[in-house]
Amino acid sequence: MANKFIAEKGEQRSGGVAPAGGRKNAQDKPSSSKSAASGYSRRDFIGTVAKSAGVACIAAVALDQYIRTARATDAKALRPPGAIKEEDFLSACVRCGLCVRACPYDTLKLATLGDPAALGTPFFIARESPCFMCADVPCAKACPTGALDRDIADIRDADMGVSVLVDHETCLNYKGMHCSICHRVCPIRNEAITLEKQTINGRAMIIPTVHFTKCTGCGTCEKHCVLEEAAIRVLPRSLGQGKAGRNAAGRPLTGHGQLKRDL
Amino acid sequence: MRMPFTRANIHAFGEWITSEPRSYAATRRGWLFAHRIWLLRRLSQTLVLALFLVGPWYGIWLAKGNFASSEILGVLPLADPFIFAQSLFALHKPILLAVIGVATIVALYLLVGGRVYCSWVCPVNVVTDSAYWLRDKLGLTRDRKLDRRTRIWVLVGALLASFMTGTIAWEFLNPVSLLQRGIIFGIGAGWGIIAAVFMLDLFVTRRGWCSHLCPVGAFYGLIGAQSLVRVSALQRTACTDCGACFKACPEPHVIMPALKGKGTHLILSGDCTNCGACIDSCYVDVFQYGSRLSPKHAAPEAYINAPATPSRMPAAATAAE
Repeated sequence: MANKFIAEKGEQRSGGVAPAGGRKNAQDKPSSSKSAASGYSRRDFIGTVAKSAGVACIAAVALDQYIRTARATDAKALRPPGAIKEEDFLSACVRCGLCVRACPYDTLKLATLGDPAALGTPFFIARESPCFMCADVPCAKACPTGALDRDIADIRDADMGVSVLVDHETCLNYKGMHCSICHRVCPIRNEAITLEKQTINGRAMIIPTVHFTKCTGCGTCEKHCVLEEAAIRVLPRSLGQGKAGRNAAGRPLTGHGQLKRDL
Repeated sequence: MRMPFTRANIHAFGEWITSEPRSYAATRRGWLFAHRIWLLRRLSQTLVLALFLVGPWYGIWLAKGNFASSEILGVLPLADPFIFAQSLFALHKPILLAVIGVATIVALYLLVGGRVYCSWVCPVNVVTDSAYWLRDKLGLTRDRKLDRRTRIWVLVGALLASFMTGTIAWEFLNPVSLLQRGIIFGIGAGWGIIAAVFMLDLFVTRRGWCSHLCPVGAFYGLIGAQSLVRVSALQRTACTDCGACFKACPEPHVIMPALKGKGTHLILSGDCTNCGACIDSCYVDVFQYGSRLSPKHAAPEAYINAPATPSRMPAAATAAE
């Protein structure tokens, strides 16, 4: 018990936090020399350091693991225009909501618990309210940390995602109708979405076709799709866009997708 | 029943809401005396939130953003130094505006005390103070002991996690941000976390969150350890050993050196939040706010030799003369 008491007392004195030690001496600030004078041994010191470092590491690892699960942004939650890459975004965004205040529409929101983006970060859901593509990009200009690119020159440079006609089965144009609402509401008219004439099963159709280089992912098309569930949706570019090039899967020479018995 | 606001009723209510540590001063000097700084703090906490709320509510944009980062009157940027530190650990290259905002807040903390945020601004303080008050009223004494330096370990852990994940790590669960942001922008299911903090303080650990676990306050305490404005136990010779200040204080360990020591009268610990609970609860006016630079708060020897004569000389000093 006596040893324990000394150890505890020593810990208190060594604390970098609270110069609280001073049970006897008011001016007593924790410092190594004074600690030594008050019977604070090297063993106590090493013990304290080890314990503190241990708890800090446990805290760090626990937080690290939690963040790896909590950081994932739902594909339907889109970042404001000018947002830097998602993995950098979470190192920069302080969740202050200045972009939300700058947004003249009811589009941007800060995530609360249960929302599809990391806690406190700004997002919008295109189907609820799309980005209206203000020419002066007030949200990005309001960002105090560079999580949104304050120097974005043109809203057409924004990359919130990319629109994809995800469902050919329900899209009215694929049924031969002339809905084309996505084409008509698109703010980058006749550039981001064009209507391409195609003949499918002998029927002439006009198919809304998204052009990835022009689409900013504002979500106006998704918002206005007349179906109960939108057939055209904005996805993160990593989900929505393919890339020309060769996929190794299934090609024996690369070793990917090979069955064991073939080896 | 027709007249609920009679003098007697108000008096009884005042007596009822007065917690035990403040009752010494309240019975001797009056309710208002025992709550004067407390009232100012609640007013300050309300006004700071109001500053951010009159914008969305009435279209009067005095301040935009929230406590993490804000723009005051469209010109002055303010930014939270702890979030900034984590952002640096996450290897984000800061922009000038953020640096200006952080420098302004750090300068303010160096002036009035880092943990002035905790007691005069932070809305979680109202939650944990309420839990502490309810503890007193319900006579709950259960106290799962925590080392008060746990918050430093959490602080180090948060910085490490920021580095490991490349994110501002603590913001993923920070109740302090959650509540202030929630009040200003909408809180959703965030009340659950705030309720958890309240329950922790009420049932598990006395002053558990603010005085043991919160790394935000710990970080501000590190900055504020050098701050100018401090509480001073200037009239410590008048102390009657009633213990009210220790019971009222959220960080009781900070009082002892100044009150019972022989050195400076100033409370120098960075843990002190400058909340003034000791000033409120002392019925013999031992404590007051003072400046680190003012010689009258220094050790008594220096005090006696100082040319200025304060209005109320401590008994010991008078005797020495």
